[in-house]
Amino acid sequence: MTKLTTLQDAVARYVKDGDTVYAAGFTHMIPFAAGHEIIRQGRKDLTLARATPDLIYEMMVAAGCARKLIFSYVGNPGVGSLRIIREQLENGSLEWEEYSHFSMICRLQAGATGLPFMPMNQTAATDLEKANPQYRRVKDPYTGVEVVVVPPLKPDVAIVHVQRCDAEGNAQIWGIIGEQKEAAFAAEHVILTTEEIVDESVIRSDPNRTVIPAFIVDAVCHVPYASHPSYTQGYYDRDNAFYLEWDRITEDPARVKAYLDEWVYGVKDREAYWQKLPAETRERLQVKQRLAAPVDYGEY
Amino acid sequence: MEYTASELLIINAARLLKDGDTVFVGVGSPNLACNLAMRTHAPSLLMIYEAGVVGSRPSRLPLSIGDPTLVSGAAAVTSMYEIFSLYLQRGNVDVAFLGGAQIDRYGNINATVIGSDYQHPKVRMPGSGGSMEIAGWANRCYVMTPHQKRRFPEKCDFITSAGFLGGRQQRLATGARGGGTQCVVTDLGLLEPDENGELVLTALHTGSTLEQARENTGWPLRSAPDLKHTDPPTERELRILREELDPQGTYR
Repeated sequence: MTKLTTLQDAVARYVKDGDTVYAAGFTHMIPFAAGHEIIRQGRKDLTLARATPDLIYEMMVAAGCARKLIFSYVGNPGVGSLRIIREQLENGSLEWEEYSHFSMICRLQAGATGLPFMPMNQTAATDLEKANPQYRRVKDPYTGVEVVVVPPLKPDVAIVHVQRCDAEGNAQIWGIIGEQKEAAFAAEHVILTTEEIVDESVIRSDPNRTVIPAFIVDAVCHVPYASHPSYTQGYYDRDNAFYLEWDRITEDPARVKAYLDEWVYGVKDREAYWQKLPAETRERLQVKQRLAAPVDYGEY
Repeated sequence: MEYTASELLIINAARLLKDGDTVFVGVGSPNLACNLAMRTHAPSLLMIYEAGVVGSRPSRLPLSIGDPTLVSGAAAVTSMYEIFSLYLQRGNVDVAFLGGAQIDRYGNINATVIGSDYQHPKVRMPGSGGSMEIAGWANRCYVMTPHQKRRFPEKCDFITSAGFLGGRQQRLATGARGGGTQCVVTDLGLLEPDENGELVLTALHTGSTLEQARENTGWPLRSAPDLKHTDPPTERELRILREELDPQGTYR
């Protein structure tokens, strides 16, 4: 059964005010197009969960979509701080729940595997444990040693961008695979955006590469370039210049508003956004081909 | 040959790596230090990135920890859960570089908040990322930082990543498997933990003095009885750094 739909429809149907959203992808394939669509549709009071909120959540926070942030690294990777989020955390206008990367991912792992909690070894650093009551300790029933535990994270909706999938939602990704699979299995609903829709036979030619199976997917949206200014391995490069530019934009609230007006509210969809980017930017982000050696599954 | 303070940091950090080490690499200066070591004395260094990439051979300087150049040509890609569990928690990482706004007397690191009230911070920083587990579980942790008093308080406002807490025994009592902070490389010299886990000055770079180091440290800094001098950067190290690794001079 095809689940093909537009991103507008998918967001309208599966992202509700007050939901907990996990837009997946560790630096790679961050689903910016979906973030922008959520802003355009004016969602409110969202709990935004991501290991690295990145620019996508900073834009959503700036647009007033968020009530709370769940994170483990709230910086602009390689650049510095996320100024808007930082200010809101400092002045208390945004609620937050903070983890380390591993404990954040353990929460998703517990959610994805249906476990009541996930244990981790102690790290010797306990200040975050004291600051966030979601961290608890239990005794290992076999050795008596204390381990740190975190509860499952079960988002209402996970949004995952992929290189290719079929119309049902069998999705294949390569490059950095971060926490996409765990986010998808942990969530109640899954929205996929994809660079390419391929025939089911393409997926079945390489089943090891399928990270998300169709039966947990609710919506499949064909949205090329959906992760810019993040990147999609083998399709286009990370727009590092924009990550640096955002640092300057966020120095001035008026420039942030102007950015959102022009590049989010001012465009209909990702196609319009991509075409609006200067030709030299699109040129700069092109990547040369580097093919993997084919594998032989054998005819049985 | 002339060199900058950051070149001095990178070159001395590179020298701490051993051939065959498995190293958890951070972006920026640590990335340059690892790539420099690989091209000089440690050709079989295995570079692991927290984004889940193993055995990277980056062809350009990555801005972020998740750059696509880390993936193309790498030996393996794993999920985040796997990189932190199979690799780090299991004890398969020898070395890691960490950074933070504060490093205290016992090598603890703060990258979370400045100010004593976590709920109402004076300054909010990015937070742990992977560093809480890295500091807990890697065999050896190294820190690269400019030597400034505000970066070296007696005690961190918040311990994001553990050094030796209040002394070596305190860390041991937690059962955390890693060896803790083994060296802090600054632009003045090297600080290493003594038998109690307190950082002491063990080496000075050419041209810097014990007095300078003391003036720029927030606790009464002791020096090791056999205080050494580091060898100045060689022409070869500087050439590789400038011509091959950072031709744009981003980290000069």
